[in-house]
Amino acid sequence: MPRNVLDIIDLSVGEIDRLIATAEDIEANPEKYQDVCRNRQLATLFFEPSTRTRLSFESAMLALGGSVLGFSEASSSSTTKGETVGDTIHTVSCYADIIAMRHPKEGAAYAASQFSEVPIINAGDGGHNHPTQTLTDLLTIYREKRRLSGFTIGLCGDLKFGRTVHSLVNALSRYEDIRYVLISPEELKLPRYIKEQALKAQGIPYTQVSSLEDAISELDILYMTRVQKERFFNEEEYLRLKDSYILTPERLAKAKSDLSILHPLPRVNEISVEVDRDPRAAYWKQVKNGKLIRMALIMYLLNIQA
Amino acid sequence: MNIDSIQNGVVLDHICAGKSMDIYRDLQLDKLECPVAIIKNARSARMGSKDMIKIDSPMELDLDILGYIDPNITVNVIRDGKRVEKKHLAPPQKLVNIIRCKNPRCITSAEPQLDAIFLLSDRKTNRYRCAYCESEEGKRA
Repeated sequence: MPRNVLDIIDLSVGEIDRLIATAEDIEANPEKYQDVCRNRQLATLFFEPSTRTRLSFESAMLALGGSVLGFSEASSSSTTKGETVGDTIHTVSCYADIIAMRHPKEGAAYAASQFSEVPIINAGDGGHNHPTQTLTDLLTIYREKRRLSGFTIGLCGDLKFGRTVHSLVNALSRYEDIRYVLISPEELKLPRYIKEQALKAQGIPYTQVSSLEDAISELDILYMTRVQKERFFNEEEYLRLKDSYILTPERLAKAKSDLSILHPLPRVNEISVEVDRDPRAAYWKQVKNGKLIRMALIMYLLNIQA
Repeated sequence: MNIDSIQNGVVLDHICAGKSMDIYRDLQLDKLECPVAIIKNARSARMGSKDMIKIDSPMELDLDILGYIDPNITVNVIRDGKRVEKKHLAPPQKLVNIIRCKNPRCITSAEPQLDAIFLLSDRKTNRYRCAYCESEEGKRA
């Protein structure tokens, strides 16, 4: 059975530490890694559009000297002819050494893993999981704070459908001395099963609030999210909630001087562009970190050492 | 009320009172040609009242379904009029094609030919979650 990464908890804390160390070494010594994936192929199967994640995977594989194939939307695949995920994966695993897959349905990556002969990386399955974004977030937090423990993190916005939030909470629940402040409107609270499984079961402290302004002064890390239109069945509900939380320089006035602001991107309007100039904004660094950690992950799953 | 003892077959005992017909349906006992007795509201020292099902023919039962429906049921195997085995059930770790995910966003809703797999998530409350999307919402397949 190939090794898959469908959920961030498929990787142990020790494995994540090693991936972070490799990512930092890749940045320090890129020439050491530029040819390690020669003659290896990554398939990027994106049944749902994405700019950042797909390009990040492709850029990562190219930087390792490998090549890429795939599609960027379901309409250019045999899905339009009624092909199942299983059959698509069966076919592609004959062509590629590793597959990164995004799909709008929750659990699609797990379904794919049942049919694949090569490693599957979940690049997002609906509102469920997005483990490589979480690896990106962990690398960014580590590079900002030089630690993955002992801080207060505020998760703000759509905590119900925000898969990056679910994965991040699951990942950080394995590190020590972290406090969570869950900032969302009532309708977009973190799902009960994640609170019970990742937080309550382990006695991890958290508070749920609806005001960003009230919470911001106590945070070491602020993780902003977008209210995603594609997760709503009802447009009216989306329109009612989409502007729930907007981060502005005025709201940041009360925040700590060493706050780190993260966002999985893309943003719509939940972080005003003026905040980009604030030294506490770490979300553009996150994009770069995303490529580095995906390089490390591809190498790890292909069992390649530099 | 007397129900004759069976010679070779299975007795499902300690069924929660009122649940025997559900189990009769779930195990598809209507398809059997041998005698099947359903005893409702029998007196029980442990449970107050209970249901029982007696099947007068040796057979293999799907213990996963039974353990999922009610892990307190006991399965007695009868041979030559004597009980030769008493099985205590436990909630199975994995359910395959017993319940289906109700989450409309789950891949199994879009591709119903996939096996519906649920995993035991909480042994204390016997709660199961979909192996694909982790939703707790399930309905009988």
